[in-house]
Parts: sequence; structure tokens; C-alpha cells
Amino acid sequence: MVKLETLIDRTRSSLCMTSISVRYGINLFFYKETCPAVKNILLLDSEGKRVAVKYYSDDWPTNVAREAFEKAVFAKTQKTNARAEAEITMFDNYIVVYKFSQDLHFFVTGSDNENEIILASVLQGFSDAVGILLRGNVEKKEALENLDLILLCLDEIVDGGIVLETDANVIAGKVASNSADSGAPLSEQTISQALATAREHLARSLLK
Amino acid sequence: MAQPLVKKDDDRDDEMDYSPFLGIEKGAVLQEARVFNDPQLDARRCSQVITKLLYLLNQGESFTKAEATGVFFAVTKLFQSKDIGLRRMVYLIIKELSPSADEVIIVTSSLMKDMNSRTDMYRANAIRVLCRITDGTLLTQIERYLKQAIVDKNPVVASAALVSGIHLLQTNPEIVKRWSNEVQEAVQSRAALVQFHALALLHQIRQNDRLAVSKLVTSLTKGSVRSPLAQCLLIRYTSQVIRESGISQTGDRPFYDYLESCLRHKAEMVIFEAARAITELSGVTSRELTPAITVLQLFLSSSKPVLRFAAVRTLNKVAMTHPMAVTNCNIDMESLISDQNRSIATLAITTLLKTGNESSVDRLMKQITNFMSDIADEFKIVVVEAIRSLCLKFPLKYRSLMNFLSNILREEGGFEYKKAIVDSIVILIRDIPDAKEGGLLHLCEFIEDCEFTYLSTQILHFLGNEGPKTSDPSKYIRYIYNRVILENATVRASAVSTLAKFGALVDSLKPRIFVLLKRCLFDSDDEVRDRATLYLNTLGGDGAVVETDEEVKEFLFGSLGVPLTNLETSLKNYEPSEEPFDIHSVPKEVKSQPLSEKKAPGKKPTGLAAPPVAPTSTVDAYERLLSSIPEFASYGKLFKSSAPVELTEAETEYAVNVVKHIFDNHIVFQYNCTNTIPEQLLENVTVIVDASEAEEFSEVASKPLKSLPYDTPGQTFVAFEKPEGEPAVGKFSNTLRFIVKEVDPTTGEAEDDGVEDEYQLEDLEVVSADYVLKVGVSNFRNAWESLGPDCEKVDEYGLGPRESLAEAVNTVIDLLGMQPCEGTEVVPSNSRSHTCLLSGVYIGGVKVLVRLSFGVDGPKDVAMKLAVRSEDISVSDAIHEIVASG
Repeated sequence: MVKLETLIDRTRSSLCMTSISVRYGINLFFYKETCPAVKNILLLDSEGKRVAVKYYSDDWPTNVAREAFEKAVFAKTQKTNARAEAEITMFDNYIVVYKFSQDLHFFVTGSDNENEIILASVLQGFSDAVGILLRGNVEKKEALENLDLILLCLDEIVDGGIVLETDANVIAGKVASNSADSGAPLSEQTISQALATAREHLARSLLK
Repeated sequence: MAQPLVKKDDDRDDEMDYSPFLGIEKGAVLQEARVFNDPQLDARRCSQVITKLLYLLNQGESFTKAEATGVFFAVTKLFQSKDIGLRRMVYLIIKELSPSADEVIIVTSSLMKDMNSRTDMYRANAIRVLCRITDGTLLTQIERYLKQAIVDKNPVVASAALVSGIHLLQTNPEIVKRWSNEVQEAVQSRAALVQFHALALLHQIRQNDRLAVSKLVTSLTKGSVRSPLAQCLLIRYTSQVIRESGISQTGDRPFYDYLESCLRHKAEMVIFEAARAITELSGVTSRELTPAITVLQLFLSSSKPVLRFAAVRTLNKVAMTHPMAVTNCNIDMESLISDQNRSIATLAITTLLKTGNESSVDRLMKQITNFMSDIADEFKIVVVEAIRSLCLKFPLKYRSLMNFLSNILREEGGFEYKKAIVDSIVILIRDIPDAKEGGLLHLCEFIEDCEFTYLSTQILHFLGNEGPKTSDPSKYIRYIYNRVILENATVRASAVSTLAKFGALVDSLKPRIFVLLKRCLFDSDDEVRDRATLYLNTLGGDGAVVETDEEVKEFLFGSLGVPLTNLETSLKNYEPSEEPFDIHSVPKEVKSQPLSEKKAPGKKPTGLAAPPVAPTSTVDAYERLLSSIPEFASYGKLFKSSAPVELTEAETEYAVNVVKHIFDNHIVFQYNCTNTIPEQLLENVTVIVDASEAEEFSEVASKPLKSLPYDTPGQTFVAFEKPEGEPAVGKFSNTLRFIVKEVDPTTGEAEDDGVEDEYQLEDLEVVSADYVLKVGVSNFRNAWESLGPDCEKVDEYGLGPRESLAEAVNTVIDLLGMQPCEGTEVVPSNSRSHTCLLSGVYIGGVKVLVRLSFGVDGPKDVAMKLAVRSEDISVSDAIHEIVASG
């Protein structure tokens, strides 16, 4: 009998939850209106292939839709020169800010009523943090070899579309302190790895 | 042994295409994931395997449910390891796998342990992971820790909790709302991003409480918000408060000073946010605009493309409403025409086109001509649209602008681009009489070498309507007949129709047209031959009895009288039978456009395109539904169905709305009922209608609803008789009556005995607007003139003080229930007068057109002149009565 009651309670609470989320559907709309939101962050290579991507919006529900978006963004920006300064374009009612570094293309997308400069600061944070984490070697090969760092970096910049941090040094610091290298005992590292770790520590102490 | 992930060989330059993930396979990686179960965990190796799994997910690979569950359970074992790096990867993969509720339980305790760990990094990440995967019940258990975390002295932990709060507010608002004290404390945090996240959450908790938001803004705009991101948020909230409060008695705008002070902030994002907020203020004055325009102007010459783009995009918007305010920036704008970034260049050009004055047009056109060759089609379309509006603004300059359009028409381009140009030329021809002859010739030249069948047919159709009215119609015949010789069947057929139109209107050309049409009788295509035969017949070319001139013209030029999409659906539904297709059976109602379509920019139907017509599936559905009910089948043709009117508040036990179906002699109320109580089953549901305040109506039938289970909408109907063709109005009060039975929620079975019960619904009114159908016309002026002044009624009305002109216009449109034409329902902000054109069909099938002229009189008083033309003077009177009594 007790079990039955808890079961009823549970169904009730779950029903109650659905109706509430329906009722607050409007809020969701507002929330997107007022809080600066990032719709996706992309890191592609010089042929438009994925290195690492992260989507925060339901605008692209399937992988097919995402790939189509990446393809279109890449085609549209490919011929521009976004190396010295971040570039920007409007695209299907999205604002895309982007920056290239060797064979890596960084993109940050927001809705067309988003503050462009906020998006640009996210892009700056991302590309600079990747630069620090890859020790200046910002290229596809290096990025894939350190994909764990790139993914952690994405995780530290934006959470569910909300900007977590835009300062590249802080982002890189949070990622690097957790990287596998520093966690493993020194004896297990090869000489070159140990050297790299040492270099990194030095770099970080200089940055402070 | 797996390949080491981090491989730092010196000989790597030899193999350029080397990727650590080369030849990676899902099956193999899932096998590798077995290392997670080793009693002696190799943290490094495990991290590598997780990275591989994440790589697969990131590349779009999907795991089956079983695979994901398997990986998830294996990953949970890794909480045993103390390795920090591995733990981070574990957090990451748990979020990516988004485990189901019963799986979450496995990791809950591990994550809760981490949430209370002494390591800040563990705490912050465990909070984010747990909040991502948690549900309502678990949330109450960890709520205490989250509240602590919000005020944690480590900013990373506090931010993690606050951001998680923002996400959770969507699903569990009642829990998150209990945290407002802690969030309020966090707003005062010294850490920049904590302040930002706290402010975002606090505002969302309170956003439905205007007073609280206003207080929040008042206190924070005085204090010092440190983070630029938080400052941007505050600017957005301030705009919201300004929007809701309006201008104060003294004419000062509250918080304007704050926005202006933000223009001097040191962070660019704040300066821009403030400038944008000022330009978007409703009813902004030029004095208020000036400082914002000044900072945007500085951005125009920035070295950063993002800043230039942001500034030029905002100024472009301002130029639509306040072109004068932007003219100061014209010199900077002109230098942007050569900007490397073509988006910026296009925005600069279109802004210049909006702000330019008559004297600068020629110079501007020269610059644009050079520019057009090296931009993409999509940008060219924007420019063409801007040139079109410029030409409408300075009709005297039509010559150079029309030349420009015809030049670019001859160049290479895709369909959308060509269509934009053709549409623009057509609009210019319509609105600028002087431009007509030249424009038509440009179009004729274009179809000589046009690869798009659609555009050719559209131009031929337009030519048929306009060409005969020009001074020398004969010069177009050659172009048209060339199409009959050279083109595909579709274009040939429409060229035949165009020839016929010339024949009908220009008597001197008739014999020549007959010769040409007779040649078409030998065409290889059925449609072309049929048309030629038909037109020869109607025009009397083969010696047959000629129909009257009026009828011929009506046949050739008259509109179908039904929206095309409706006709299309009706034709699709028509099954070949003995009975011929009857065009009168096609519904005439124009459904309002779906919102999404309105939002899409540049999709406004302009030029050749027909007036907005949208799917009519609901009307069809209603008609089918009603004719399937024997009681109502004899009522004849459905004239109109209203939009559903809610008769209950949202979130009540029973949700009821009503749709009014108007017939000639009858009116049927369709009550759509939904039962929102899972423990109840309703039976024998009826609506008891008291029509004592609606004297002309008498109830004739009612159709109860047998059973209304939980969450399954059902309908009950009540029908009334009313005087034929009369727009009878009245008020009806409604009561829902039913037998309620308890339902056992576990078995879903209802008890046998029920109790009779009643539920009071809100009143329902039948108003005059219910007797007017929304039917658009494609060319209001033509339609207006063809109705003539015989049945015209003009009168003036004072509407009293109104919130805004737009509000007054919308009220009158809603009151009349007619279709706004040519986009005149949109009132530009700040305007003091407005003309709105409406069209519709009154009950009995009488066409009605309305021209409304609004003017603002004094501070807020709105006056209106109403001119009505219809086919029947009594209907014109009736429309005036609607307004007079409304």
C-alpha cells in the first residue's frame, strides 16, 4: 500500500513538472533574449573538417544539420583573411566571428541580435587559450595530439551557452592544472615530456 | 597495447597527414574501454581512451543505448582513481553521455562526495556535472550544497553553481527561486564573472516581477558593477525597465543618464551595448541619439573588423528610422565601401543609400557600380532592395536608378538576384508613372535572353496588364511574339495570354493579334493550342459571336476571387467524377501568416508575387468536420470560422475554447474542451448557453460529447438560428455541464458511478467583425478605383487618448476583422500619422475596402478618418456602425 502511494506521488510530481516547464516556456524565450548566449563554438581544419566542435543550441538538432552548417560557414569564410584580426560575417540570421591560425579555423556563433563584441571576446579567449595550451604551436596536428586539452578548454569557456570565462590565461590555467601530464608521476614521463612539462610550468609562472 | 596518444617524435615532419586518430574505429575503442575495469587503473591510459571516445562523439558518431550504458558503467569505476586529470575527463564524458535517470543514481554519491571535496576544481566540476544530469528529486537533496557553493569564496565554484542555477531555473524554478538570498549576496562578489552570473540568475528569478526588476536596476546602476559582461546585462535590463515605464511626466527618460555614462566605459563591449540600447529606445529623440552615434562613428574607423561591423550594422538600423542622425557618418561610411569584409561594405552601401540626399545619388551609383561586380549574389540583393527604396524616395532620380537596375539585369546572376531586380523594376513602374515605358522596355529586353521560365512568365503577365495602356502598345508585340517562337511551352502559353490581352484592349492591334494567335493554333503543345483557341473565340477572331467587351475584360483581367493556395488544395482534393469542379466551393478565407514567416527578413511578398496567402488547412478541417455532423450538414456553405477564443484561464481544471462558425442562417459554436485532471473522466459533456442577451438568436441544436478522458481534447457543439444574412450580434453566457467519474490512476479504469457537476465558463460575444472575411487584394489602388465612389461613406472619429499610434491602428484592424493590405498594418515608430488599407468580404459575399487615415492630435489623442467603399451602400454603413459602436 505504501509503495502504491509513493508511486502515485511520483507520477503526480512528474506531471506537475511537465506542466511547469510548459508554463515557463516563455521564460526560456526571455532568457535567450537577455543573457548573452553562444550558439556554438567550432574548431575546424583548413579543409573544413572537424577538429572539435561544441553546440549549445537546438538550432541544429542532428549531426547532419551541424555538418551542413559547418560546411556552409567554412565555404563562406574560407577565402577571407582572418589571421591578424578576428573577422565577422552574417549568416542565415546568425553572427559568426572567426579567426584563423595556421591550419586551424576558430568560429564562434551567436544569434543575429547578439552583441558582436561579446562573441568576439569569447573567440579571443578560446583561440588564445588554445595557443597557450599548445605552447604556441597552433596547428591541427598539435591540436589533435592534445585533443583532451582542447575539449577541456571548450568546457571551461562556455557552459550550456552561457559564457563562463573569457580570459585566455585563466582558461588555460584551469585546463593545464588538470592535464594528464602534470598528474602523472615524473618517472613515467619520457625526457621530452618532462622537458615540455617544465617549459609549461615556466611559461605559466612567467605569465602570472 | 594502444598507441600512445601524446607522441612527440622529432621525425613527425615526414608524415604530414599523420593524425593520432587515424583509422580509429568505434568497436575497437569500445573494446579498449575495458581498461576502465582493471583492478590496477592506469590513469594515463584511461584518459587516452576517454579522449578517443570523446573524439568519436565529437565527429558525430553515435553510440547505441547499450553501448552508451556500457561505457557509462565502466566510467563510473574510474572514480576510484585519485588522478586529477583523469577525473576531469570522467566529468567530461559523463556530461557527453547524458545518462538516463536510473543510471544517474550510480554516480550521484561519487559526485556528491566531490562536491564537498577540498579541491576547488573538484567542487566546481562536480556541481556542473551533477546539475546537468540531475532531476527534481535529486535536486532537493543537493540544494543545501548548491546554496553554499553560490557564496563560496572560490569564484570558479560560485560561478559553477550560479550557471547551473540558470539552467535549472528552466526545469525546477520553484527550487531555484529559494536561492535568491544567496544569489543576491553573490551579486556583490568581487570576482567579475561571479557578479555576471549572479546578476543573470537574479534577474531571471525576478523577471516576472516588474517592481523587483526595476528596484534591482535602480540599485545597481548607482553602484559599481565591475565586470564588463555584467555591465552589458545591466544595460539590457535597464532598457527593459525603460521600455516598460515609458517617458515620465517631465519628458525625461529614466535611466538615460546611466546609458549615456556607459558610453564612456573602458570596455568596448559595454560602449557598444549602451550605444545599441540607446538607438533601440522607442521614440528616441535626436538629442538622445547624438552621443551614441558619435561613439559608433569612432568604431567605424577601428582596425578591428568586428567593431566596424557592429557599428555599421547598428547605424544601418538607425538609418531606417532616423536617416538624418546618421548623415554625419557618411564620410566614414564611404571609405568602408572598399572594406575587405564584404558584409561591412554592403552594410555601408545600404546605409548610404538610406541616408543619401538627392544630389549625392549619382555619385553613389557610380561607386556602387564598381562595387557590384565583386560581391556575392546575396549582398547584391540587399543593394538592389536598398536602391528600390531610394528610388521611391527620390522619384525624380528614377532615370539613373532604372538604368542601373537594367544594367545589372544584363549581367550574370542567379535566380534570386534576378528576381529581386525584376521585382524592383516592377514596383518602380507601378509607383512612378514616368518610369513605366522605359521600365517595360528593359523588361522586354531582359526576356529576350532570360534563362528563368518563372521570371519570363511573370514579366509576360505583367506586360499584358501594363503594356496595352502605354502610348505605343505595338512596339511590345514583337518581343512577345518572339517568345512564342523561341521559348519552351510554359513561356509560349503565357505569351499567348499576353497577346490576347493586347488584343482585348487595343482595337487597332486586333487584326494583327488574330493573325499571330492563329499561327499558335499549330503549336506542338496542348496548352498553347488550347489557349490560342480559347482567346480567338472570346475575342471573336474566328467570326464567332463576340461576347460583350466587359465580360471579355473581366475574363482576361479579373482576379480569381479566391486565394491561390486555397484553389490549389481544392483542386488537389477534387476527384475526377461526373460533377465538374466548382470554383465557388473554394474557401475564400485568408489565414494569417505564421509568425516565423513574418520574422524572416526580405521575404515580404513584393512586386510580382501574389499577396500573402497562407495554408488554409484549418478552414478545410473545420468545413470537413462540420459537414460530417448530420445536424449541421444542411446549413449550407461555411462563411467564416473565427480563431479560437479562450473561455477559461490558463492552468485551470478544464480548458475550454470556442470557435464561432458563421453560416448564412446559422451560427455554430464549437467548444474545444480539454480535461487536465488525470484522476477524472468526464462524460456527457455539454455547454449550456444562455442567450438572453442575444435576442436575435435561438438555439436549434446541440451535440454533446460522450466522454472526455484526461488530456484528450474533445468537442461539443451548440447551434443557433439567426436572421438570414444579417450581422446579428449578442452576448452568450456559458456553463460546462458534465458527469464526472473518478479514475484510478494506477489502472486507468473509471469508477461506475459519476456525479453531475457544472463549471462556469467565461462569456462569449458575437461581434460584427465575425461577419467580415479577411480577403486580401493584390493591388489596393486598382481595386479601390474599380469599386468607385458610388457606395462610398466617409466619416471622422476621435479615438481618444491612446498608448501609441500603432496600438490605435491595431485596435481598429482587430475591430473590423479585415485583412491589412500592402503591409500598411505596420506603423513606423515615431510617425504622427498613418494610412492603413484594409480589404475583406462582408457576409453575403459583398466586397469591402477600407481606407483608414490616422493622425495624432495633441499629446496622445488619436483621430481617424474612415473611408469605406463596397458593392452595397448598406454594407458601407454597417462598417461605419462597427466603428461607431466599437
